[in-house]
Order: sequence, then structure tokens, then C-alpha cells
Amino acid sequence: MAEIKDKKLVVVQLSGGNDALNTVIPYNDENYYDNRPQVHIDPEKALKLDSELAMNPSMTAIKRLWDEGKVAVLNGVGYPDPNRSHFRSMDIWHTAEPTKVLTEGWIGRALRDLDPKGDNVLGGINFGRGLPRAMSCPGVPVASVGDLDTYGLFPSVSNASDRNDILNVFSQMYGRGDGRDMVSEFLSQTGEDAMVGADILSEAPAKYSSSVEYAANPLASSLRDAARVMFADVGTRFFYTQHGSFDTHGGELPVHSKLWEDVSSSIGDFMDDVREHGHAESTAILVFSEFGRRIKDNGSGTDHGSGGVAFLIGDSVKGGMYGRYPSLKQNDQLNGDLYANNDFRSLYTNILEEWFDLDPVSIVNGTFEKFDIFE
Amino acid sequence: MVTTENKIEQRSMMAHLMRRAGFGATQKELDTLETLDYEDVVDELLKPGQSNHMSDELILRYHTEVHEQRVGPWSAKQWLYRMVTTDTPIVEKIALFWHGIFATGYAKTNQARALMVQIDMFRKYGLGKFDILLEELAKDPAMIIWLDNQDNHKGAINENFGREILELFSMGIGNYTEDDIKECSRAFTGWTLKNAEYMSVRAMKDSIWPYGRISWHYEYRDSDHDSGPKTFLGETGNFNGGDIVGIISKQRAAAEFISRHLYDFFVADEVPVPQWPYTPPRDPEAIKLLSDVYIANNHDLTEVLRVLLKSDFFREARFERVKCPVEYVAGCLRVSNIVERPTLLMNDAVSVMEYMGQSLLNPPSVEGWHEGKEWINSGSIVERVNFAYDVWHNSESPEVKDVTDRLASRGTLDSLDAVEECLDFMGPLLFTEETAKQAIVDHVAKQGVIKFGDQNSDVREKAENRISEILALIASSKEYQRC
Repeated sequence: MAEIKDKKLVVVQLSGGNDALNTVIPYNDENYYDNRPQVHIDPEKALKLDSELAMNPSMTAIKRLWDEGKVAVLNGVGYPDPNRSHFRSMDIWHTAEPTKVLTEGWIGRALRDLDPKGDNVLGGINFGRGLPRAMSCPGVPVASVGDLDTYGLFPSVSNASDRNDILNVFSQMYGRGDGRDMVSEFLSQTGEDAMVGADILSEAPAKYSSSVEYAANPLASSLRDAARVMFADVGTRFFYTQHGSFDTHGGELPVHSKLWEDVSSSIGDFMDDVREHGHAESTAILVFSEFGRRIKDNGSGTDHGSGGVAFLIGDSVKGGMYGRYPSLKQNDQLNGDLYANNDFRSLYTNILEEWFDLDPVSIVNGTFEKFDIFE
Repeated sequence: MVTTENKIEQRSMMAHLMRRAGFGATQKELDTLETLDYEDVVDELLKPGQSNHMSDELILRYHTEVHEQRVGPWSAKQWLYRMVTTDTPIVEKIALFWHGIFATGYAKTNQARALMVQIDMFRKYGLGKFDILLEELAKDPAMIIWLDNQDNHKGAINENFGREILELFSMGIGNYTEDDIKECSRAFTGWTLKNAEYMSVRAMKDSIWPYGRISWHYEYRDSDHDSGPKTFLGETGNFNGGDIVGIISKQRAAAEFISRHLYDFFVADEVPVPQWPYTPPRDPEAIKLLSDVYIANNHDLTEVLRVLLKSDFFREARFERVKCPVEYVAGCLRVSNIVERPTLLMNDAVSVMEYMGQSLLNPPSVEGWHEGKEWINSGSIVERVNFAYDVWHNSESPEVKDVTDRLASRGTLDSLDAVEECLDFMGPLLFTEETAKQAIVDHVAKQGVIKFGDQNSDVREKAENRISEILALIASSKEYQRC
């Protein structure tokens, strides 16, 4: 019998505001072509999902997964009173709170609930430098990996034995003694967590072998790093990465198409890899962006709007359309934008409750109607 | 008589003063400072006068993108150069202090030019009378956009600025009512932007050419100002914004709020600001003293800072703060003295501050950054240690060469002496645990005693390399995370 694995979520953030209308395209709606005289997708080339909607032609790998019934498309995702600032809207998605400014992230809180003592220093890992606010929560250890092959302390020390010596010094400098005060104790603990995490991660690349050859783009590298960590079974539950910039104010068509080529091929490769390594049933991929773009094009691109599209992909996902596709009719618009009729916190609620078996209310700051996306 | 012990203490105290009132001092700077009277040095610091720093023209020749003043991090780089190269670091430190409190961000203003204008305003008024600073803040275009005061109209108030000026900028929750917020907002109606209409046309085209983002200007529109009577904090009159600022500034609550912020930034980490209404200050007597000075000196911030920097509680509070990423990065660069001319290293330095959690000119919200212990997490500690180690493990650093020269008179140095000397240079730092020091000593001892040889010899070069490694390891310690 196959071993039952912990469930994992891989988040792919599309930074900059992905144009939902040119991602999942209402190809039979004349309003689409009326509003997008310049910046529309040729309906002949779009990848048809049903009689109304089609995917961007560059999303071939995701379309393949759709045909297998493994892609949930969440239409019209957003929150009330949309904010069109990249940073603020991203913060809203990260903190699951549209009205108040919060600093704790939803994943950080989920990690705290999964592992209240912070025993596993690798419960959440961001692939890329810095820490997305989604993962930030006091007392929750998280790692941020720019490049798995060089990740850790003192990467500039190239000689392995020198680096070992220095790591040994570091370990003793951060070792817990009497501690001058609480801050000193905290620094010790954090330094130790960082080192333990880096130590464990340093072994992941050697353990990995795969027949999958990933596409050549930064997202594919990050997802390959995520796969290598995942297959090393170090107890990571949340993997985070981002790709962009989707901020296509000008020259949208070629740029947007290339971006989705990157995202789609990387996710396709990643899915092949998790299937090859027996993690497919226990892995779900969430793809989201901070907002969609305006219904009307501006001649060569599109400006900041609201009402986006999100995807949940995986072998335990019930593929299909979730949520009504927002109407493009003049009277149904929200100041020229798609009206978001699905709150993103419903999606989070679903993930937290069904996938991670957590109480979602305190994490998403309220009770939301939930989708039913998982098998 | 000046005893050796006194001299060491004097140098240590000067190093402490320069870390807090600036971004740290080199050994050469400390040589001068230790001969001077502490109180005289404080007095000199507080009349900075004209600044000398790497010229903006030179920076622009190497970093052409800075000229556009468009994107937050590009302009942040220009500010970082200023912090690292200025001969009046207290001016930049005070600008950083106000930037953390009057936290205005690129996220919403979407242009860096207006933010740099605001930082300049902090340089100019940040050490002056609080009333004037607060009034300049209310007229600051970046702040107007940041808190929507251009939407605050006669008969249709927008309370955003009216609320935050009381809650976050001057007194804190619990010292005013919701009615005070409304009256305050009414008083600031008509405080708006001069070229809002033109800006909106420009923004629709989203044009940045040919000169990058356009300048914004403040304008007072009397026709949009609500000149009716208002009751604010118990006083009644036909108040305008300037009157409101005057009433706020004379409140004891304002004196205490500003004093606590100064204590938090210059003396020792306080609990996060949202807890202030419920948690007494770390040192209530210090806050009382500073507040009294504020009131007695007509809200003059220089006088408050003068008393603070000369106080025993300041002199004793060594390493009681966690360095914020900007202090950490600017401090490493300034003291190692490696930024003698424009360098691509500064691109990395700006990014790395962001990876450490502090994106200069782009605080996460109007509440500013969560400071102190909250700077530290397992991701940021890796960034901090790796950055400091690489900056210091560099025998080309003029400071490393200088430190090595100073030690060279000893002929040879065993590893214990070398580490102890280097700890003095880097702080002086005292490691809490003896095992921490011993770990570095043992590591250094593996290569035997340190020989210095003659200037420019291979032996000296090797010594520089070994000393730089010791300094780099000390810069990686948990003690070095604080200042």
C-alpha cells in the first residue's frame, strides 16, 4: 500500500495583475471583441474549454491537465471594493483582509496552526529571495530560498571544508547559553532554525533524480527547486513562488503570451515530476494574481482592473468551472471592470478546511461560503 | 587624569553615540572623537549645518536610472549613498526616523520624486520645532496623496489624514475622540495639490517621459476650505490646519508620544507601537524627562534630542536595539569604508535591505515597519549574515587595512588576542557566551599566530585577509545584529 503523504500546497503568484480576459477568454461574447479591439485573442487559436470559454493559446500544458479533469478554473475572483494598487491588493490577498491593514499572512497563520511550536523549520518555503507577506507570522519559521544549489549561510565561501568550519563557528556563536536577554535568546533560536533548515535543504539536490526536463525559465527553476525539496520529504507543507511581471499596460499580446507559456509549461513539467515521484495525489497548485485588468483595452495593453481568475490544479482536484464568469455587459460592469462575484477567501477557506483540515475562520478573518473543489 | 580604562570607555561611548546618531564610526573617526568632550560632541552633532556627501551628479553618471526618480528602489539607492557618504549622518538618521513614523510609500504614490521631496523636508525640518514639521507634513504632496487629503472637501470630508495625524503622527489612540477626528479633517479641507487636474491627465497617459514623474505642488484652496467654527480637543474657534497643528503640538500626549518614539529609535527597543496605549514605557522616567524638555523648550526637537543623547539612560543603553535593515546595511558599508566611488554593489545593497524586510521609501503601510525583534526571522537572518560577512571579508576594505595596520605594531598576534582586538574594533562588542568567542579563536588558531610583516608584503596581505575573516565572523554574530 502506498504511504499516505502529507498534503501540500504550491502557490504560484502571478505578480503585476494578470489579464483574466485574455487568460480564460469568453470567445463567443461580442462584448469581448467590442471592448478589446486591439488586445484580444484570435478565437480560432484559443484553446476551447466549452462553448463559452477558451484558454490562451500559450496554455497548452494547462489545457492538457484540464482535459484530464485536473484543473479547477475559478472565475471572477476578487473581493468587495477592489483596490487597484499592486502592493495593496497583493497585501489583501496575502493577509486575507481587504478592509484593515494587517501584517500576518494567511499561510503564516496556517503554518502556526499546523505546527504551533514551530518544530519544523521548513514548514513553509518561499522560492525566490525575500519573504512574501502571505508567509509572515511572528514565531513561525520560514525559509526563503533564492537558489537551492547555493542556499544557506556563507554561500560565498566556495571551499566546502572552509565553509564547514565557518558554519561550525556560526553554530557556536548562535548556540544557546545563558543568553543576555530575550532578544539574545530569540536570535539564537532564529539562527539555529536558519542553520538547521539550510542543513536539511543542502541534502535535497543529491537525493533528487527525475526524467523530467524542465522548461528554461525562472519559474520552472523555482518549481524544480520546490520539487527537489518536496521529494526529500522534509515536511514542507507550503511552497511559494512567483512569476511576472503581468503588468501589461503596453504591448500586451506578445508579453502576456510569453508569460503564460512560462507558467503553463513550468506547471506541466512540475505535474509530470510529482506524478513520477508519487506526490501527485497529495499536491495542489494554486495560481492567482492580485487583480485582473480593465475590460477595455488602451490601444496596446490594459490597465489595472478587478475581478481576476485563479486556478487550482492537481490530481486531487475536481476539474471544471467554478463560479459564474462575470458579465462584460455595460450595465454589469464595475466602473469598467469585471465584477468579482467570488471572494478569494472562499477559495482559501476551501483549501484550509478540506485540504489541510484546519479551522479556516481565524485564518481568513471570517466565515465564507466555500467551494467544493477537492475529490 | 585620563586612565586607560577611562579612555576605553570614552571610545566605546563615542562608538555607541555614532551608531545611534549616525551609521557607525571608523577607527580614524573614533581616534578624534575619543579626545573630545562627550557633551561638546553631542552639541556639535546637533548643529549639522551644510552636508558634504558623494555628489548626486557623480551617482547619476553611474546609475542613470536614478535620474528618473520613478521607481522606489532606484531613489532609495540615492538615499543609501547619502547615508553611507555624508559627513552629517544625524541628518539622514533623523530623516529615517520620521520616514518610519510618517510612513509614506511608493505603493500608492507611484512615484519616487515626491517621496524624495518628502525626505528632503525631513532633513530640513526634522530637528526643528514639532509644530512646523507637522504643518510641513500636512502640506507635503506625497502625504496628501498617500492619505487622500485631495479628496477632503468642504462639506464632504475624507477623514484619512485627519485620523492618522492624531493616531499615528502625534498623540496615539486614546487621546482624542471621533469628533476630534472630524473637526480636524474639516480644518484640513482645501489643503490640496496645485496641479491635480494636470496630474490626472498625465496619469491617464501613464506617461513618464521626457522628464520622469512630474513634480507635485501643494496648494491651499480657500474656496474649498471649511472656515466654520470647530471644537477640537476642547478648544473652539474657526480653526484652519495650522491652528490644529498648534493645538496638537502643545498636548502632553504629543510630548509623550514623540518622546517615546525618540526613545524607541535612539535608546532602546520599545514594544510595537500598537501596544503603547496598553503597555507602559520601558523607562517611564525617561519619557517624563523628555516630555518635560519638549514642553519647556517650545516643542524644539533638537533640545529633546540633546537631553536624550547626554542622558545616562542613553549612554548605558548599548546594544539595546535590533538594527533595522537600513542601519545594518548602511552601517556595514559606511564603517568598512568600501563605497569610495559609485559601485554596482549599491544595487545589491538596496535589494538586500528589501529581502531583510525593509524596502526603503516603501513601508508596508502608514503604520510603518514593525521594528525591534520583529526584524529577525529565519529568512532575514540568512540575508543579514551573508551580507555582513561578504562586506567585511574583503581585504580591500580601507577599514580592514587600517585595522590590520593598527595591529601590526604587535609583531605577531595569537588568535585570542586577535579576536579580542577585533571585537573592540567592531563595537566594542561583548559576546554573551564565552563559547562564542572561543569558537572564533579556535577557528583562527588553526592557521597559527598572525604575522604582519612589512607594509605591502605578502605576509601583510595574508594578515589582512585573516583579520578581515575575523571581522566578518564577528559581523555574523548575534551580538552584531544589535546596536
